[in-house]
Amino acid sequence: MIEVIVEDRCTGCGDCVEACPSDVLRVGEGGKAVIAHQADCQTCLLCELYCPADALFVWPEVDRVIGVTAEQALASGQMGAFRRDHGWGEHAATHTNQHWRMGAIFERARLLAIETAAAQNPSNTARHEDIR
Amino acid sequence: MSEPLSLATDVLVIGGGLAGAWAAVAAAQAGADVVLVDKGYCGTSGVTATAGPGHWWVPPERREAAVADRVQRALGLGDPEWMRRILDLTWTSLPKLSAYYDFSTDEAGQVQHRALRGPEYMAAMRAYALASGARILDHHPALQLLRHGDGSIAGATGLSLRGETPWTIRAGAVVIATGGVAFASRLLGAATNTGDGLLMGAEAGADLSGMELSNYYTPSVAGTNMARSMAYSFARWFDADDNELDIPNGPDVTPHLARALLRGPLFCRLDRVPEDIRAIMPQVQPNFVLPFDRMGIDAYRDRFEVTLHAEGTVRGIGGLRVDDQDCQTAVSGLYVAGDAASRELVTGAISGGGAVNSSWALSSGQWAGAAAARRARALGARADALVIATGQAGLSPRRKAGDFDAAGAIQAVREELNAYDKNIFRRGEALTASLERLDGVWRELSDHGQAKGRAALRLREAAALVAAGRWSKAAALARRESRGMHRREDAPAPDARLASRQRAQGLDRVFTRFETPPAQAEVA
Ligand SMILES: Cc1cc2nc3c(=O)[nH]c(=O)nc-3n(C[C@H](O)[C@H](O)[C@H](O)COP(=O)(O)OP(=O)(O)OC[C@H]3O[C@@H](n4cnc5c(N)ncnc54)[C@H](O)[C@@H]3O)c2cc1C
Ligand code: SF4
Ligand code: SF4
Repeated sequence: MIEVIVEDRCTGCGDCVEACPSDVLRVGEGGKAVIAHQADCQTCLLCELYCPADALFVWPEVDRVIGVTAEQALASGQMGAFRRDHGWGEHAATHTNQHWRMGAIFERARLLAIETAAAQNPSNTARHEDIR
Repeated sequence: MSEPLSLATDVLVIGGGLAGAWAAVAAAQAGADVVLVDKGYCGTSGVTATAGPGHWWVPPERREAAVADRVQRALGLGDPEWMRRILDLTWTSLPKLSAYYDFSTDEAGQVQHRALRGPEYMAAMRAYALASGARILDHHPALQLLRHGDGSIAGATGLSLRGETPWTIRAGAVVIATGGVAFASRLLGAATNTGDGLLMGAEAGADLSGMELSNYYTPSVAGTNMARSMAYSFARWFDADDNELDIPNGPDVTPHLARALLRGPLFCRLDRVPEDIRAIMPQVQPNFVLPFDRMGIDAYRDRFEVTLHAEGTVRGIGGLRVDDQDCQTAVSGLYVAGDAASRELVTGAISGGGAVNSSWALSSGQWAGAAAARRARALGARADALVIATGQAGLSPRRKAGDFDAAGAIQAVREELNAYDKNIFRRGEALTASLERLDGVWRELSDHGQAKGRAALRLREAAALVAAGRWSKAAALARRESRGMHRREDAPAPDARLASRQRAQGLDRVFTRFETPPAQAEVA
């Protein structure tokens, strides 16, 4: 659930408001993003990705509001971590997109499952559909 | 308050996820005026945006083997010709995205086209659609279809969430690309996937297929929606007393996990994930690591609690039935693409997650978009013709409008369609009871449901969820056998006479019927 927007960081650009797929956010009277429909938040994390100022903080639990404060969010060291791992903006050179390795990772898991099954029952073989 | 929007276009695409974006590209490139409306934002909404689909990316020389394998696993419901078609189109389409998506290169210098990361993929699709000339209206959910007197589709009406004003768009053809129905399960990325397109299509006269195949499930950290399953293919599973459970990972893991969850809390350890994979995981699937990092769980050392999320038809199968090669439904001028369509033709009775679904979305989107463009350019938007609104439940109550509890209806859908004992392990009696309960909710809703603004959207979503739930239960009840993901505890074996696709239709009364299997003579 979206928990907090750190006012000092927000420039009021509105990018998160546009990008939010559940229409949770608004630019408020004071020219800063505000949480307008918190209960509609689907915890997709994408407002964080689209915020160039790393001003939003989403908590991974979907069913309840924890009540994270701006101070706690800043102290978590997590603000901006998602945008960084995605390599967006200034992180492009250091955090390249390694997603294409997914196929090979699934293959490793499949082989491990076959090995494990063979160790337990030599006549058994496992097949693994790579579903992500 | 802003003015109601009213416009006319050649092609209206409803839904801007993977399929809708490809449809908009194809329709615009075929020379049509295209408007794409999304309930959320084309680029972040839908289940691709939060995931990262690997496509069915197979070089030409390996395709026949891939098709043969898939046909066999489709358990009688697939069609090799459609499989070949999506393999072909996937292969030629993805490289065209390179102006918008920064494809990676492997150690050998080979460009890697197969798997694209969700947020970047959908941002690229948005850019591609805009560059092709499509107009995108975000935060503009469609609520119902319009039709001409002759039954053909004339456009749609909906709601602009900013200002809560209505819109009307007249179109020569409409593509439904509203995604699957996740039965309000809080599946990652699926909040807007409430089955609206299935309801709208059925109201306009389309039928559905494969709705019994609507029970795919995925593990996630308890309390979260993080249904990224890659790391779980290395998982070890434990009960509350920390006894390791004998659960082999693989495609058949779900019933084992569900049985364990019906007994009590279920825990997981990911300590078998190799070190080198741990190191790159944040750059492979950044959202997978995030809940662990924020909640203070060491994913690869700690034991953590897990849940199973229902995906409904998302990585299930059923949806509107495709009636011709162009992905037209049974209704003239109404096309369907992606998870809103039944994917039986290409996946059969097992999930198409992992490769086939995204190739289907990409392909069906382009076929639907191109055909819609041809039709609209031939016939025009007929913007002056009289049209009939087709929506009923939640829009125009049959009796006195009253306070209908939309949240309660959605909760009923969750209870009937997410519960493991009702939806994974199916039995005739329980299916009948679910159906009766949902029939009751439907009657109330269609008799009395009406609302304004955002509440109207929530009410239509509730109607769509209930309708889809009823088709799913009715189809599961009629398929008195087990096949693929459809598992009947009271009929555990496949029945050769039922090796065919099953259609569903109807709103106030739901009907299903089996298509005659082409090879029945040989089977019987
Ligand atoms: C976690 C996860 C991982 C996956 N991984 C893979 C994979 O590796 N390989 C694979 O092949 N497949 C995978 N899939 C499946 C794949 O993502 C889907 O098949 C694909 O996204 C379908 O695209 P779509 O456009 O039909 O639906 P979506 O991408 O879900 O888009 C539907 C869109 O319709 C919009 N919409 C809904 N209702 C309305 C309305 N009333 N008005 C306007 N707009 C509306 C929604 O807002 C949304 O934007 C995965 C799915 C999940 C959940
Ligand atoms: S997490 Fe997603 S749904 Fe929630 S506010 Fe951010 S963008 Fe919107
Ligand atoms: S994207 Fe960030 S900076 Fe821009 S309005 Fe939203 S919170 Fe503020």
